[in-house]
Amino acid sequence: MDVVSLSRLQFAVTSMFHFIFVPLTLGLSVLVAYMETRYVLTGNELYLKMTKFWGKLFLINFALGVVTGITLEFQFGMNWAEYSRYVGDIFGAPLAIEATVAFFLESVFIGVWIFGWNKVSKKVHALSIWIVAFATNLSGLWILLANGWMQHPVGYVLRNNRAEMVDFMALITNPYGLIKFGHQIVAGYTVGAFFVMGISAYHLLKKSNTEFFRTSFKMAAFFGVGSMLIVLGFGDMHGVNIAKVQPAKFAAMESVWETQKNAGYPLLVVPNVTGEGNLIEALTIPNMLSLLAFHTPDGEVKGLKDIPPDDRPPVLPVFLSFRLMVALGGFFLLTAVLGAILSVKGTLEAHPLFLKLMLFSIPLPYIANQLGWIVAEMGRQPWIVYGVLRTSDAVSKAITTPQVAFSLAGFTLLYGFLGAIDIYLLTTFARKGPDDDLSTLLKPAKQEA
Amino acid sequence: MELQITWFVLWSVLWGVYFMLDGFVLGTGMLHPFLGRSETDKRVIINTVGPVWDGNEVWLITAGGATFAAFPTTYALMFSYLYTALLLLLFALIVRGVSFEFRGKVESAGWRRGWDTAIFVGSLVPALLFGVTFGNIFRGLPMDESGYQGSFLSLLNPYALLTGLLFVLLFLMHGALYLSVKTRDELERLAVVSAQRIWIPATAVAVLFLGATWFDTRLFDNYITHPLLFVVPALAVVALLSVRFFLGARKPLSAFTASCVTILAVVATGVTGLYPNLIPSRLDPAASLTIFNSSSSPYTLMIMTVVAFIFVPIVIAYKIWVYRVFRARVSGKDIEGDSHAY
Repeated sequence: MDVVSLSRLQFAVTSMFHFIFVPLTLGLSVLVAYMETRYVLTGNELYLKMTKFWGKLFLINFALGVVTGITLEFQFGMNWAEYSRYVGDIFGAPLAIEATVAFFLESVFIGVWIFGWNKVSKKVHALSIWIVAFATNLSGLWILLANGWMQHPVGYVLRNNRAEMVDFMALITNPYGLIKFGHQIVAGYTVGAFFVMGISAYHLLKKSNTEFFRTSFKMAAFFGVGSMLIVLGFGDMHGVNIAKVQPAKFAAMESVWETQKNAGYPLLVVPNVTGEGNLIEALTIPNMLSLLAFHTPDGEVKGLKDIPPDDRPPVLPVFLSFRLMVALGGFFLLTAVLGAILSVKGTLEAHPLFLKLMLFSIPLPYIANQLGWIVAEMGRQPWIVYGVLRTSDAVSKAITTPQVAFSLAGFTLLYGFLGAIDIYLLTTFARKGPDDDLSTLLKPAKQEA
Repeated sequence: MELQITWFVLWSVLWGVYFMLDGFVLGTGMLHPFLGRSETDKRVIINTVGPVWDGNEVWLITAGGATFAAFPTTYALMFSYLYTALLLLLFALIVRGVSFEFRGKVESAGWRRGWDTAIFVGSLVPALLFGVTFGNIFRGLPMDESGYQGSFLSLLNPYALLTGLLFVLLFLMHGALYLSVKTRDELERLAVVSAQRIWIPATAVAVLFLGATWFDTRLFDNYITHPLLFVVPALAVVALLSVRFFLGARKPLSAFTASCVTILAVVATGVTGLYPNLIPSRLDPAASLTIFNSSSSPYTLMIMTVVAFIFVPIVIAYKIWVYRVFRARVSGKDIEGDSHAY
């Protein structure tokens, strides 16, 4: 493999590994903040126990998210120096702003939250986890605005042999980035919701701490239903926007080869990439694809055949990832709704099969999140900045194949090792259940004494 | 003032503050196996930096981000030229960060010993590599119009290694001083003694470093042109000497403050000598990356200046608040039975 392929693989490995931890951080920070707020407002110690138990799992996950994030910032310069030089004038800004306005906030207040139980008042303590949750979301906004610019570059001109920013407002109001933010951040909430529902299901099956886990399950189920509705809403907007600004990606997502009006949506598709067509298209819903793409039945969907082969993304991985992600999304909405209904009725434990399903569904939202990124990033190929700069022109000139092979091997080993430990710790603490001894928490805070 | 100069100053401040803040975390990490003679003492050491290490590391991310946004050409070339060094740095910082969180999570002596080693290595390697990296920047990289002519091994030249050693010793001293104001009893006494002992080689290496800088780099050119600038390295020397003075006078907080000033002044000494270069070339001065030939457009610099001038003071304000919240010394009693502590 050459430097470009190895660097792409390395970016995929390091960013996908990073993105195992980010969505859970997004979702669980909001849930834990809500639990602690309930505790502060009601004084009910059940909520304190919940904050502590889910908070511990949150922190084990959070640590890896933080340390693997730096790699991504460094890699732009290390592996993609030509990219960084060419677009740094506009792409560097959102990254630097993210660190300044969001990352400081997140990392400083997580310290207050972990170590501040007896140092700050209850209210300030609860506020600090809200600040962490807010900062995590804000951080996501800037990263997705940066990514949104790579997908749909706006607010720049090409001069001095590079892309220079001329309109900051266009950068931060880029619809592509904002829609992606809505879709992706809330997809992270889904990971949090299914994580809490799955672990609660495990304990409900074992009949341990039932009140604790019933309450947790119910909270997560409602959070999951709400999140999924928002994810689907933004997903629809995202699809429309992609059909408009990235027709090649849209065609690959749906494996559309012929440009057509009144395009139908075949439920069953088997693409034949070398033959530039689909082997099987069956169970077609008339006009549906045009409706999805343009919200009008006679919208014209561009086919891959009308896009030069050199400008087409790899169809099969994009198509399969997208289909699977959408199917999983439907599954999440159904199971979350069912979970919410059973929680309200109080009959969760009468449905052990459902609880088992929820337990084994924990990995699915993670997978759906990764699939979404595969669609986004592979669907953008062969461009690193859509229509402006090709991925093959973006790699560093100063690095060699053995160097990148060595770093890729290093990342794979180190991340594999840390990932295994993380899963081990999460399972151990998740199985153990909540700590009954709250004595260390209930020492009066100094400020209150 | 031209915005490039503003950003050169900001860039320097970000690196300086990063070294001042993560310097003591890296220092305590290196000292941890030696000063932590019991399990409780080991935990106390980690818990003195527990609430702040993450926030301190963000200064590095911001320094990196600022390089990207304000000087993209320097960011691109520096990071790709120093590929292997930065890779090792990343591995070390990743390992150090997770060690804090993972170490106390399993009740097993072997598990904890493993993470103790990880904390030590994960602190020593960054301290050394930051020194080596900045040593090479001070000295200039072997680069010309066709790109980088060096290798990872050529980064390990004597001057850069000496700078690496200087960073390690300064951070060790800084970490020991931090522990002397953050711990009690036997650990506090050990920390003071260590700081006194480390001060001697740190000062010796600092003198060597100034001499080597005179002969091996062009950093002093600016000082010779504008002799008034010699006040900056003089401040570094005075600050380093006052560390020893305050230690002798049993004023650990003043000694720690002097150590903060030392680190800031060392960085200031280096960047004052670099100006207007960010990375000088050893082969061809025309190939040097300067704040003018590698900067972003005036528009981007203006946007970033507004962002920095609004948000950096806010960051500093809440960071000061957090340091005040956690200003108390940590002892074994404080962390016993506290399931949140590391």
